[in-house]
Amino acid sequence: MRIKIIISTIKNIYIDMYTLSNRLKLASFVFMAVGLIGLIIGFATRPGSIEDVKEMMASHGHDTHAVQTHNDASQHDASQHEDAHSGDAHYEHVLHQLQNKPWAALYVAAFFFFMIALGVLAFYAIQIAAQSGWSPVLFRVMEAITAYLVPGGIILLVILGLSGFHVNHLFVWADPEVVAHDALLQGKASWLNGGWFIVRAIIFLGGWIAYRHFAVKYSRKQDEEPTGNVWYKKSFKISAAFLVFFIYTESMMSWDWIMSFDPHWFSTLFGWYVFAGLFVSGITTIALVTIYLKSKGFLEFVNNSHIHDLAKFMFAISIFWTYLWFSQFMLIWYSNIPEEVTYFITRIEDYQLPFFGMIAMNFIFPLLILMNSDFKRLNWFVVMAGVVILCGHYIDVFNMIMPATVGQSWFIGVSEISAVLLFLGLFLFTVFTALTKAPLLAKGNPFIEESKHFHY
Amino acid sequence: MASKVIHAFYTDDDVLMDAVKRVRAEHYHIEDVFTPFPVHGLDKAMGLEHTRLAITAFMYGCVGLVVAITMMNYIMIEDWPQDIGGKPSFSFIENLPAFVPIMFELTVFFAAHLMVITFYMRSRLWPFKEAENPDVRTTDDHFLMEVDAGHHDVNTLTNLLGDTGAVEIKVIDKQEDNH
Repeated sequence: MRIKIIISTIKNIYIDMYTLSNRLKLASFVFMAVGLIGLIIGFATRPGSIEDVKEMMASHGHDTHAVQTHNDASQHDASQHEDAHSGDAHYEHVLHQLQNKPWAALYVAAFFFFMIALGVLAFYAIQIAAQSGWSPVLFRVMEAITAYLVPGGIILLVILGLSGFHVNHLFVWADPEVVAHDALLQGKASWLNGGWFIVRAIIFLGGWIAYRHFAVKYSRKQDEEPTGNVWYKKSFKISAAFLVFFIYTESMMSWDWIMSFDPHWFSTLFGWYVFAGLFVSGITTIALVTIYLKSKGFLEFVNNSHIHDLAKFMFAISIFWTYLWFSQFMLIWYSNIPEEVTYFITRIEDYQLPFFGMIAMNFIFPLLILMNSDFKRLNWFVVMAGVVILCGHYIDVFNMIMPATVGQSWFIGVSEISAVLLFLGLFLFTVFTALTKAPLLAKGNPFIEESKHFHY
Repeated sequence: MASKVIHAFYTDDDVLMDAVKRVRAEHYHIEDVFTPFPVHGLDKAMGLEHTRLAITAFMYGCVGLVVAITMMNYIMIEDWPQDIGGKPSFSFIENLPAFVPIMFELTVFFAAHLMVITFYMRSRLWPFKEAENPDVRTTDDHFLMEVDAGHHDVNTLTNLLGDTGAVEIKVIDKQEDNH
């Protein structure tokens, strides 16, 4: 028995295949199960009527506070309830927000984990298109993380479909009654309508998943027939083409899937802002998965210079994200134009802790922790910074989506935590199952020797 | 105090790198190496300490940040508050976003300029300074390793240097310590 185990260990190291441990498999299933149950509870305990809301608010002692400081967050209210501050209208408003809450929690978590995979896909394409020499030892990790694009993308598409066709009330532009009373939404209806919205989503997702499919296929083929680098050249070409496709579709995706929650508001650098967030989340996840695999004895060809480079990217893109966040914020804050500045007033007044907390987590923390060159080589430092960065970017997505969907009625409750657990479980299971599908070293890559000897 | 050093010349950076490692392995002290271009990894091979310039850069950056905050607070809030874009400047914190670009720029400005000045001072470089370069060929295509010969047998050392591929070896009596 023992000999058998040793032999299988040696074999694993020799052919360098990853095998999914039962513990990890179990953990991911537990996450998914707990998340699913929690979400069902979240959906089941939504208030059904105004009376439920009154009861809930009375029991929480929120009554007077909520009525007095009520501030119309979404355009929905501004257009529909001109006199929303009297009588039952306020409770009805809170009712809608609370009914939205599990949907919004589901949406935030679904998008967050999807954006990690998408960020890794962009990073992977850049590495190939730039013919980078340091990173090919990490290619299999990146390919495995992007495997989540398929299940994550399909689930997201279903949620987008349900929202775009007004099964839930996430998008106000999807509500024909609201649009009927809103000249601005009527003007945007040729872009923001359920059918065209879903067709765009299918084009975006289809393009990204198609690139992922072929890039991974070429990478495996290159291992089998490395002579002449035929497959490598193909992957170079599609990666370059993908990047052009990606930067347009990513930008449009950010308008569709996030900015359209506040359909009166617009920001021209929003696409870049979302890109920076997904890019840094993706790179952080590459670092975390790599460090995990190394701690389990895999990836012996990855040295601390590779970790150092990933940490440099985490540091740099965190600052890049801050630059875009601030560029968006300062111009709108300074010009103080009502239709623009409401976006930030809502967030600062109703979401003060997540709004400012996220800046500390996404900027100040990585800035101070990852500034020192030596710290970027210490695995536990990178893990610590990485966990904070990922939590920070979850809150960033939360801040982008929640104010327009649940307004003041936000709190991190059962639905939010369950949705994160559900998608975390799915993410872990998909990614680590994908890791078992191919050797951990892309040995056919023409830069693989350079990458193995990468030393800085 | 007179000290004896040996100048060994090389014409290739790879040969030089191997020579540096070999000479260090034999426990000789390398005073300095002069090269026409930066040789990657030479500092590590010579066993030089890691530069502390990065730490000074961080401190200079902090100084720049403090200067910016103090300056903006005095100019824009205390001394002459102005109403810009409907935002009267009576409070630093409420006007902070407008000051962030200046804070950023001065942080970078102080870090960059003071770091360069520190680097020059640390390298003993200033305007009209005579070059300390012992041989002009090191500015063209030769590499020079200066080895301390003080307490060692000059012949053994010269032989060793010859073995490492030096194209020319000179024994120099230094009259004064130029450090």
